[in-house]
Amino acid sequence: MRRLRPGRLLLAGVAGLVYLFLQLPLLIVFPISFSSAQYLQFPPPGWSLQWYERYLNSPNWLTPTWLSLKVAVATTVLSLLLGVPLAFGLTRARFWGRDAIEKLSMAPIIVPTIVLSIALYGLFAKLKLIGVWYGIAVAHTLLALPFVVALVVAGLRDFDVNQELAALGLGASRWRAVWHVTLPQIRPSVVSAAFFAFISSFDELVVAMFLGGANMTLPKKMFDNIRMEIDPTIAAISALQIVLVSALLALAARFGRGGGMPGR
Amino acid sequence: MTPADRARRRAAAGAIALSGPATLLLLALFAAPLLRLLALSVAGGSLAAYERALTNELYLRVIFETFKIAAIVTLLTLALGYPVAYVMATSGRTWQLVGIAFVLLPFWTSILVRTYAWMVMLGRNGVVNRALIGWGVIDSPLPLLNNLAGVLIGMVHVLLPYMILPVFNAVRNVDPNLVLAAVGLGAPRWRAFLRITLPLTMNGVAAGVTLVFTLSLGFFITPALLGGGRVVMVANLIEEQVRELLNWAFAGALSTILLALTLAAFWGISRIARTRSA
Repeated sequence: MRRLRPGRLLLAGVAGLVYLFLQLPLLIVFPISFSSAQYLQFPPPGWSLQWYERYLNSPNWLTPTWLSLKVAVATTVLSLLLGVPLAFGLTRARFWGRDAIEKLSMAPIIVPTIVLSIALYGLFAKLKLIGVWYGIAVAHTLLALPFVVALVVAGLRDFDVNQELAALGLGASRWRAVWHVTLPQIRPSVVSAAFFAFISSFDELVVAMFLGGANMTLPKKMFDNIRMEIDPTIAAISALQIVLVSALLALAARFGRGGGMPGR
Repeated sequence: MTPADRARRRAAAGAIALSGPATLLLLALFAAPLLRLLALSVAGGSLAAYERALTNELYLRVIFETFKIAAIVTLLTLALGYPVAYVMATSGRTWQLVGIAFVLLPFWTSILVRTYAWMVMLGRNGVVNRALIGWGVIDSPLPLLNNLAGVLIGMVHVLLPYMILPVFNAVRNVDPNLVLAAVGLGAPRWRAFLRITLPLTMNGVAAGVTLVFTLSLGFFITPALLGGGRVVMVANLIEEQVRELLNWAFAGALSTILLALTLAAFWGISRIARTRSA
């Protein structure tokens, strides 16, 4: 039994306040989203589902939502198809240029998104890819790759290669050995990587703002809307997003690795 | 060539083939466009765009302001994040899981959602001001929105997890027996912390500081929405140049400057951190 020292109590108090600070914005959107007022009012005078109805009945909101979902799914698939093999390549052998490739794959984290957006805009405009949904997905893949690679590399470092060698020694082909022995064991890392890619794309604003042209993703639509007025429809969408993310987080905790944080 | 050499060579060839597609994508759509941006900003051998960005007092002030905000945010997240990470890492299993959930839930929530919520809360008549007046802490509403305070609150909220998680990892990796040994030998708790835990967690602090500072430099959404046009960071200036003035050459020069400053900050901080923790 741990004795509670005054110092420890003080620390726990600070931590409690920071936890509260972190949850506050998430908690506040729920009551607003169920408000019966015609404009933003807190606390709400009464309860209704009008803002949810407005969201779910408005093509102005649903079209961007579908576009964002499509882009996010494509980003997830693409970043796994590229990132998982890259993680294998980086962990399984030494070769000339490997360190450079590893640094390159991490670089999108430190380059500010707005800089990458401006750079890609020039190229995409030439290729007539502005406003095309898969153009956004390819750009989002660049942003998701560092996290996918870091998570899967961490998974592969924890995996004992001898198991794969044993399967090979028993006559399995390389593909069968990887598919039946290695992948099931690094599945938590791959699942977390997939969640990360999906959510990072679904929330991304700046790249989509520049490359989306007239086609708005959900974050772009939300940004424009927030800039003009503080409309409680956003609260309803926010509440739905928080519920979606919590569900995904619970799934990632169940099937994933360390809640999806790289390096854990 | 021995069979071992041949096997090694085969493994290397396989690894290169697996790394190929992603590497090509990164070269074609990440490295090449950035180099092209650099080339365009000095198009025709003219440095006029850079001259404008680096001599005009207005733009210099935006660059200075960006660094100032990044520095304040880094210090605030460190001051708030370290105690939280320490408590999380030294609690029992249940509290640790609760703490991780409390940090990860906002981390995974859309920045737009969180910024919207802060706009609702921080206004003159917002939840925060009314609660503070109701409790008798203040008499008149504090200006918390459309100014630096609002931007700082929003940015600290977004970036705290990036500080907490690496420090949490570092504290968790400190062998508790070291602290117990020091306390057993008569050191007060605070000295055991200063002499043992703190030095051993400097690598986590360095990782957190590097992440928070470099990410802060490129912030766009939070200053755009919580700054009310009064707080302009470099990213906002770039967006404005493109959206309102369609001035791509100048936006390119500003982007190149922002990229250079970010890389310099990243390199500088990780260098200091490496010599410190070595």
